[in-house]
Amino acid sequence: MADADALLEPLIPALRRYAYALLRDHDAADDLVQDTLERALSRWRLRRPDGDLLAWLFTIQRNLFVNAWRQRQRQGPHAALDDVAPPGIAGQQEAGLEVQDVLAALDQLPEEQKSLLLLIGVEDFSYDDAARILGIPMGTVMSRLSRGRQKLRSILETGRATLLRRVK
Amino acid sequence: MTGEDDLQAFIDDRLDATGRAAVEAYLAVHPEIRERVATERRQLTALRGQLAAKFAEPIPARLRIANIRASRRGHWTGWMRSAAAALVIFGAGAAGGWFANGLAPASAPAAPTTSIAQGATAAFRTFVVEVAHPVEVSVAQEAHLLQWLGKRLGRPLAAPDLSRFGYRLMGGRLLPAGSAAAAQLMYDDASGQRLTVYVRAASGTETAFRFQQEGDAATFAWIDQGFGFAVTAIAGRDELLPIAEAVYRGFEGKS
Repeated sequence: MADADALLEPLIPALRRYAYALLRDHDAADDLVQDTLERALSRWRLRRPDGDLLAWLFTIQRNLFVNAWRQRQRQGPHAALDDVAPPGIAGQQEAGLEVQDVLAALDQLPEEQKSLLLLIGVEDFSYDDAARILGIPMGTVMSRLSRGRQKLRSILETGRATLLRRVK
Repeated sequence: MTGEDDLQAFIDDRLDATGRAAVEAYLAVHPEIRERVATERRQLTALRGQLAAKFAEPIPARLRIANIRASRRGHWTGWMRSAAAALVIFGAGAAGGWFANGLAPASAPAAPTTSIAQGATAAFRTFVVEVAHPVEVSVAQEAHLLQWLGKRLGRPLAAPDLSRFGYRLMGGRLLPAGSAAAAQLMYDDASGQRLTVYVRAASGTETAFRFQQEGDAATFAWIDQGFGFAVTAIAGRDELLPIAEAVYRGFEGKS
C-alpha cells in the first residue's frame, strides 16, 4: 500500500483545484477531496492497474460531487448541510466581481458544461479522458465544449449586470 | 474544411502542425471567427490564471495520505475483512425451476414483480443520492447487518458478492414495505456509482425476470419462493442483466 501514498500525493493539487472550482469554498473543497481520497484508498485494489490514476480520481470526485448536488436539490435549501455546499453560491465574491472574472461566470453554467471546461481547459485532460470521466461519448464532448464556451463568452460579454443580479 | 471541432481543438492547442496551419489559414479569411477564437483563448488563459494559486497551495495536513489512512483505519480493516470473506448469496431456501424456464427476461408485465420493482426503484432513488448516511448499518458491521435484516425479513440473508462486476458492499438498511419489511443492500463501484439489491416478502411463485426502466434507473425484479428480489442501478439493460443473473444464480446455488 505504500505505493498508494507516493502515487496519490502528487495528484492532490489538481483535485483541490477542480474541487474549488466546483464548490468555490475552500473548506468544502477540501472535504470533497478528502472523501475522494478515502474512497480511492478503499478501492485501491479495484482500480485498473493499467488505467490512468488521475482520470480515475477525477471520476470519483466528480461522481461524489454530482451525487451530493442531486441530494441537495432534492432536499431544498433548508436541509442540514453536513457535506458539500451547492455550486456557485458559496463564494464571497460580491466585493471583487469584475467583468473578466471567468471563474465566477463559470458558476452560471450547468455542471456538465462547467466540469468539461475545467477538465479540458484547466486540467489538460485529453478529449478521450474527459469523455470517460464524464461518462459521455466523444461527439458529446466536442459539442458540449463548443456550447459551454459560447455560453461563457456571452455571460462575460453581458458582463456586470448579469453577475450583479445573481448576487442580489 | 475547418469545422467547429477544429476550432475547439485549436483553442485547446490540441492540433498537430498541419491542423494548426489549416485553422490559421481559415481564420485569416474569417475575421469574426478569428475574433471569437481569440476571445475564448483569452478567457481560457484567464481561468487558468485564476486557479493557479489554488494549485500552488501546499497540501493541508488533513489531506496527506498517511493522515487519511490513519483517520479511516476503522473503515479500512472493515473493508479488508469483508473483501476476505467470500460471500454467498441469499441464504437458505430452494429455488424453483428457473433454468428450465430459461434466463430470458419476461416481456409481459406481471403485477407482483412490478410492485417489487417499484418499491426497489423508489428506495434506490431515495438513498442512492445520500452522501452522509447512504446506509443504516455499514459493511464494517456486516454480520450484524445481515442477521438483523434477515430476522426482520423472516429469512436468512447473505450479501451477494458482486466484486467481479466491480461492485462492493457498502452496507444496508431496513425499509417499510406495506405491512412487512424490506431490506436494501447498497453497493458501489470504484468510481462511486451505486447499485442496490432489494428483498422483501412477496406472494406468488413467479420466477421470470422483469425489466423496468424509470428515468435513468434500471431494475430487474423477480419473485422466488415467497420473496421478491430486485437489482437496481443507473445502467443499461444489457449491463444490468448479467449482474441480476449473478444475484439470482448465487441464490439458487445456495439452495
